[in-house]
Amino acid sequence: MFFQQLINGIALGSTYALIALGYTMVYGIITLINFAHGEIYMVGAFVGLFATAILKVNFLVAMLIAMLVCVLLGVLVERIAYRPLRKSSRLSALISAIGVSIFLSTLAQMLFGANAKGYPEGVFPVKQITIGSAEISTLQLLIIAISAILMIALEFIVHKTKIGKAMRATSEDYNTAALMGINVNMVISFTFALGSALAAAGGVLVGLLFNAVSFNMGLMAGLKAFAAAVLGGIGSIPGAMLGGLLLGVTEVAGVAIGFSSYRDAIAFAILVLVLLVKPTGLLGRKIQKKV
Amino acid sequence: MGDFLQQIVGYINPYYLQILVNIGIGIILALGLNVITGLTGQLSLGHAAFMSIGAFTSALLTIKLGMPFGINLILTGFITAAVAALIGLPILRLTGDYLAICTLGFAEIVKVVFLNLDITNRALGLTVPAAATSIPMPIVVWGVVLLTIICVTFIHNSRFGRALMAVRGDEIAAEAMGINVTLYKVQSFALGAFIAGVGGGLYAHFMGYINPSDFGFLKSVDILSMVVLGGLGSITGSVIGATILSAAPEFLRFMASYRMLVYGGLLVCMMIFRPNGLMGNVSFTGLVLRALGRKPHLKKIMEQKISETSRSGNGDT
Repeated sequence: MFFQQLINGIALGSTYALIALGYTMVYGIITLINFAHGEIYMVGAFVGLFATAILKVNFLVAMLIAMLVCVLLGVLVERIAYRPLRKSSRLSALISAIGVSIFLSTLAQMLFGANAKGYPEGVFPVKQITIGSAEISTLQLLIIAISAILMIALEFIVHKTKIGKAMRATSEDYNTAALMGINVNMVISFTFALGSALAAAGGVLVGLLFNAVSFNMGLMAGLKAFAAAVLGGIGSIPGAMLGGLLLGVTEVAGVAIGFSSYRDAIAFAILVLVLLVKPTGLLGRKIQKKV
Repeated sequence: MGDFLQQIVGYINPYYLQILVNIGIGIILALGLNVITGLTGQLSLGHAAFMSIGAFTSALLTIKLGMPFGINLILTGFITAAVAALIGLPILRLTGDYLAICTLGFAEIVKVVFLNLDITNRALGLTVPAAATSIPMPIVVWGVVLLTIICVTFIHNSRFGRALMAVRGDEIAAEAMGINVTLYKVQSFALGAFIAGVGGGLYAHFMGYINPSDFGFLKSVDILSMVVLGGLGSITGSVIGATILSAAPEFLRFMASYRMLVYGGLLVCMMIFRPNGLMGNVSFTGLVLRALGRKPHLKKIMEQKISETSRSGNGDT
């Protein structure tokens, strides 16, 4: 029972973590809460759905297509809605992000209708594996595996490549990085691209897991992923992973104990409690206040 | 008196009356949030939670106790403010985006709790009986709007308001000047919540039906957009922002399903072209004085300069 719930929680948590990474990377570089990120995840789920249902491709190919489309979308959103606002106050950029979010979810509602749609049968043949007393579906294992691979790839990009170095430099100090000859605009676009690709992968995986894709799935998932990012310490990549997993596991545990009607509140209650004890999140850097 | 006012209200087309009341309630909520986010500089993404608490408290006071509407509203305001102070005391120690996500989380928790309580009728929502007053609701709403504008203007120019602006400008510097930062933050939070609670009470009695889901994240965002669109810290701005955004969905109604699409696009465009809000650098009294051919009062100019520099300072961190 315990093991079973743990696996459920980790599978759910890894999808939160995938989305949370996008929030945390963007925040780390331009200190913007990208509220449109949840919508990118929703678009990813839809693209994956259409790729499997209409193009009849393998779900891995569908995921790659979704990631590609969302990379383009993410970069486009940054170019149109955030770049002109980079020099103005953060709240303006925040409202702009919220505007994009409303725009995208309404567009999805108009194009795809208000009803939730499921992935076609047999996209991924689900088998149940019994380990001890726990029944684990191959789908859950797949989600955990893909999330892990993507996160390792991300760690590799951020720490071992030149563009990753540029990202870290830009997030350390935007102006100095620009002075050192880093093309900051390019780095920011790249960050949005990475985050959007991860969110799209998360969208396809969640679409498979719950077998439901709808125009408003981005809002709650986005808020929870944002909570996960803050829980881990916003701006910190390992923090987002940890926060996502922690939220997933506690949420599943809460539901298992019998608080299922409080499901959406659990994540936020944990968040508020942790922040009260550790105000910069679990792995967040301590901010030194200067006058 | 009541009959006479009822007659006046009767002359107005009910559809326009509804829009007018929506605008009025929007203004009240925006002014409340403006105290917290505009004046004190604390970003709140959960203002709808206070509206929700106010709406349900006020509705329950009418349903269970049949309390006169005036006392009901004041009591509602105080209860909401007390809840805000209780919540604010721990979470206002956080700064910036950590505070924002905490208020967001608090709002979600309030929503889910109300969806599960028997007294708030769970997910079915409450049907609110008519308010126990002879004055028609639209007049009450606009009376409260005027009262709120007067109070908030008074606060802006008071010692208390200046302390809040100092906190917005720089917390450490404010503390060095002997301002108890946490105390002032909690007070501004409670004040904003008081106003939101009253707005919620009015909303509940005007609509006649409330549901916890009406006060979700999107409602908070709506209110925040009004404040930012109008220009942070500007009372005139909040009023104009609330008027535009409350009326916009109605004027966009002819576009039916494109409505929210345009609304989202509108938010982005407005921010790109007026990043400091419509009334960001303009003060209403200054405009009037200039129109009359007089120079604005020197003190006013100074205050404006100070708030401008502090705002741009906020933008960088």
